Amino acid sequence: MANANTPLLEMRNIKKDFFGNQVLSDINLTLREGEVLGLCGENGAGKSTLMKILFGMDVIRETGGYEGDILISGEKVKFNTPFDALAAGIGMVHQEFSLIPGFTATENILLNREPKKKNVISEVFGDRLNTLDYNEMTGRAEAAIDKMGFSIDKNMVISEMPVGHKQFTEIARELSKEQLKLLILDEPTAVLTEKEAEALLASIRSMSKQGIAVIFITHRLHEILAVCDKVVVMRDGLVVADVAAKDTTVEEISKWMVGRSVDTTAKAEVRDNEGAKIAMSIKRLWVDMPGETVRDVSLDIREGEILGIGGLAGQGKLGIPNGIMGLYEAGGTVIFQGQEIPLNSPRKCLDASLAFVSEDRRGVGLLLDETLEWNVAFPAMQVQNKFLKNYLGGLVKWRDEKAIREVTERYIDELAIKCTGSKQKARELSGGNQQKVCLAKAFALEPKFLFVSEPTRGIDVGAKALVLEALRRFNRDSGVTVVMISSELEELRSICDRIAIVSGGKIAGIRPASDPSEDFGMLMVSMVK
Amino acid sequence: MNETLDRTNLTLRDRLKAAVESFGLPRLIIAGFLLLLFIAAPFVGSDFWTQISNTLNRFSWNAVMVLAMVPMIHSGCGLNFGLPLGIISGLLGATLSIEFGFTGPLSFLMAIVISTPISLILGAGYGWLLNKIKGGEMMIATYVGFSSVSFMCMMWLLLPYHSPTMVWGFSGKGLRTTISLEGFYDKVLANFLQINIGNLSIPTGTLLFFALLAFGMWAFLHTKTGTAMTAVGSNPTFAKAAGVNVDKMRLLSVMLSTWLAAIGILVYEQGFGFIQLYMAPFYMALPAVSAILIGGASVNKASITNVIIGTILFQGIVTMTPTVMNNMIHMDMSEVIRVVASQGMILYALTRKTEGAK
Amino acid sequence: MKNDNFGKKVVGLIRDNTVPLMFILICAVCIPISGFSLPYLINEIVTRMGRNIFLILALLIPIMSGMGLNFGMTLGAMAGEIALIFVSDWQIWGIPGVVLAMILSIPISVLLGAFCGKILNMAKGREMITSYILSFFMNGIYQLLVLYIMGSLIPIKHFSIKLPRGYGIRNTVSLLNMRQCLDNLLAVRVGGVKIPVLTFIIIGVLCLFIVWFRRTKLGQDMRAVGQDMGVARDAGINVERTRIISIVMSTVLAGFGMIIYLQNMGNIATYSSHSQIGMFCIAALLVGGASVDRASIGNVFLGVVLFHTMFIVAPKAGAVITGDSMIGEYFRVFVSYAVITLALIMYETKKRKHKSLVGQQLQQAQKEADAHE
Repeated sequence: MANANTPLLEMRNIKKDFFGNQVLSDINLTLREGEVLGLCGENGAGKSTLMKILFGMDVIRETGGYEGDILISGEKVKFNTPFDALAAGIGMVHQEFSLIPGFTATENILLNREPKKKNVISEVFGDRLNTLDYNEMTGRAEAAIDKMGFSIDKNMVISEMPVGHKQFTEIARELSKEQLKLLILDEPTAVLTEKEAEALLASIRSMSKQGIAVIFITHRLHEILAVCDKVVVMRDGLVVADVAAKDTTVEEISKWMVGRSVDTTAKAEVRDNEGAKIAMSIKRLWVDMPGETVRDVSLDIREGEILGIGGLAGQGKLGIPNGIMGLYEAGGTVIFQGQEIPLNSPRKCLDASLAFVSEDRRGVGLLLDETLEWNVAFPAMQVQNKFLKNYLGGLVKWRDEKAIREVTERYIDELAIKCTGSKQKARELSGGNQQKVCLAKAFALEPKFLFVSEPTRGIDVGAKALVLEALRRFNRDSGVTVVMISSELEELRSICDRIAIVSGGKIAGIRPASDPSEDFGMLMVSMVK
Repeated sequence: MNETLDRTNLTLRDRLKAAVESFGLPRLIIAGFLLLLFIAAPFVGSDFWTQISNTLNRFSWNAVMVLAMVPMIHSGCGLNFGLPLGIISGLLGATLSIEFGFTGPLSFLMAIVISTPISLILGAGYGWLLNKIKGGEMMIATYVGFSSVSFMCMMWLLLPYHSPTMVWGFSGKGLRTTISLEGFYDKVLANFLQINIGNLSIPTGTLLFFALLAFGMWAFLHTKTGTAMTAVGSNPTFAKAAGVNVDKMRLLSVMLSTWLAAIGILVYEQGFGFIQLYMAPFYMALPAVSAILIGGASVNKASITNVIIGTILFQGIVTMTPTVMNNMIHMDMSEVIRVVASQGMILYALTRKTEGAK
Repeated sequence: MKNDNFGKKVVGLIRDNTVPLMFILICAVCIPISGFSLPYLINEIVTRMGRNIFLILALLIPIMSGMGLNFGMTLGAMAGEIALIFVSDWQIWGIPGVVLAMILSIPISVLLGAFCGKILNMAKGREMITSYILSFFMNGIYQLLVLYIMGSLIPIKHFSIKLPRGYGIRNTVSLLNMRQCLDNLLAVRVGGVKIPVLTFIIIGVLCLFIVWFRRTKLGQDMRAVGQDMGVARDAGINVERTRIISIVMSTVLAGFGMIIYLQNMGNIATYSSHSQIGMFCIAALLVGGASVDRASIGNVFLGVVLFHTMFIVAPKAGAVITGDSMIGEYFRVFVSYAVITLALIMYETKKRKHKSLVGQQLQQAQKEADAHE
């Protein structure tokens, strides 16, 4: 038994890199029995990587493990799989539900840990033929639900439950594990109604009273202040603040989350296009993009500007371009250069000279198994009949391989795409070069208006600069209006004229890019749902 | 020093391994097996040129039906196990052409003319259905084929056919199971410009006809629409984002495939000399599916070369094994070898990790 | 309001049971036309129930573990046939013969089932088409074994089952000496209807086993794997192994089922008995109202009764209506395939039922927000 002064969990000098890209450096963290720790930070700050390390997720081991020590009750541990972590008393409720839809709450709470009874057949054929002890199951599920302090119907089938109850079922499942000492909750309130969220906070308090430590990850900062004993703020893979919750405020936390101690990436030039014509006017847009729901967005975009759209993940910023370009079901009105653009029809948008570089490069942006030539030329060919030779009076539209090669080679040069030639398969390129191919594809359409979604996600620093520079040039030289969506505020500030922040599926505010980061940070968390 | 040597060795072996991997072990075995048969043929006393002629002949009968696989693979609808639906359109065309009294080469032409609208209509319905169940195409295609064949079994009996060459002699109604094409279009293509040198005979007309269709397919894949179809198969979301109507492309590919299947069965009949009705089209999809897979296609990639190589390999095995194996080990194991090779090939393709149709 | 609800319930019930209702209709029309007497019909149906139910029950377990309709049950049927060929070569007849054949079929079924399970694990998400093709592939191997290896490498003594050429098995293997031995033992006659009590007892035991099995840990794991492989794997269930076990169990049961089926028929059509069995069993199960992802024992019983009633009366009814007996034959084949097609289509469309509901909710939310302001 550890002595009373030994913390339950101690993380010492945790470091982690993904193929040379440092995502965590020197993280130190301590947590005592029954303590509630609020963990916050922007997306990509390193919260989820840290939790993955603590929970022994496979992805950590597959990418070369981590450095530093984790101590549980003073003893050094190394988890190779989540099952090791579970055995050591760590439970985690992930953002995505991990429940069997056709099972009752009880069955899910005790999934693969069902109490069993022996019988004659199982004596012969092994344990898996033990029958389930349904009475015992009910008892244990009830106990776990009691422990949670929020009542759910233990006999209800998951698929019929309201979404909040599913969340509570997951929590009850973790609580039903006898050895549970530490529970990690990853944005548990994101799917809850206000009432349920309050109930959850109450339930966290009661767990804490029973001696269970909780790590609570959320973007709703007031919840952290309401329930946590201490707050840890992460940014760029570092712990920037570790304070008692009673000593801080929402403002302070959001400042820590986005603030740069030295503002190195200050904006080179911010143009004020105040008087410019409105290029696109978006009114009352809603988009059903799973995980990035847009609720009610109205936004005017000025001719010739670079508008940034930022916000925390899951708040709906990605839904805006995807909805307008017809990739997800959407409603509302979008007027481009005085003409209403019909929604839910990618072709109509492309015909109106809009173009879109998707954040999902591999899924939407590229034909991975085809040549670069196809990737670059395809949309322009289909939409604008470019790169085609007409025979028989236009009856036969033949692919003009020469024109396709020429345009591809031009963009390979212009964007410095590293490849063996225009006939290389897109799959074989690195992430940064794939991104450039996506840009080339959009440039080849010669659009009047360009949406670019997360253009630098998952590519290295050098490529990042090149991609941003290409965008800036495209905007300046061709006078194309650009809307860039990105999770990285500093990146937006380095290239945009104005930045709109999306929070809770709505526009929380629009400011010139030269405004201080903290202001944007406040907007980000202002309406979080 | 040693270490570098080892490394080069390793990469060479790796490269060889990668080459085998990309070509596919089963394909290698089948090609090797066929090669062995050709080498062994003269030793066991069967004439080499006769074997070649037989293989060529059977190639010319079947190649169009294998070609019918291409459009649906390109558009991502997977292997067309619903080929019998197209075959039925062809059979309707053939029987109606004879019923209307056409004879000789004209009857072949009219069969094509009549089966075209039928296959396009059936293909459109079939394509519409496959668009409703994206991702589950192959299993449903199989059963659409089966249902349509068994439905037509009733229709062959019930439809008011009267031509005495086709209906049962004693009752005067209901089509026969096998109808001879003598006097109609028996070998109309094969006899056109046929080349005979000793034991070698080449059905030039049929080969030309296939070449024409294959060229048409190749050309189609080089047009704007063909390019869109390939893109739909390669990544439907990409195609959608580029403004392509994904469902329309898939529908078009299914119609094309069904039409080619109809033409394919007509070509087969002219070579074979008979129309086979009732349950005959039931399992006709499987040889065509395995042929294109043996030729190097996968569940979502296929080319004209795959069609040609695959049909030659598959038909080569079908024609060679009975004679050569029989003479070699005095056992007729051709049926077993054909089944194991062709179904094994399909199984291999289905168990590859590829996304797309199921 | 209450009436409205009731109406909705009825409509829902009808929609969920379209296939069985359609069949009841077909049977209701065809029975009077066919002119068969009721006792004859009942007698036939009872016989066929005894013959087929065990086989169909073998399909339930893979459905439970989310692997769809097991077209690979043909493999079990082959195992049963191979076992019966050996037993009849050894001239062991009657009940001991049946029991020995069952025991003998187990290792063959386990082997084939494990192979099938391995292959299906490599083709997740397209299990049905793969198991379907696998059954063809295995048919080739089966032919190799029965037509060439038996009698040449594996000793087959008895001349009555061996081909005259010295190796290979004849087209038909007579099981005259064990014909209906299970069915006749303990059989009772009720009003001219012979009821094979022992066979029904065996079926009853299997039903009990299945009900019990659902309540075991393994059964629970299979249900979990069937609904969401990812979640099951995260919870520590060995998904691959569970799936293989499920196919092995199905194959073994299919082997037993085939032996029961063949002892009733009284002979083995060596090269064709198994080839259609999977299709007919699956069709019967679906006729009983099962779907690709949900099937119960009730579906099996209802399906057998309806499907086989149709099967018995269709040829005769067809002959009466059109004057051609073949029409009815083809009609029942068509119906079997059409039912499977329909069930597959319904399953796939249900999976893809678009949830444009979310969109409507979002619109609604905007309106509500406006109302508040």
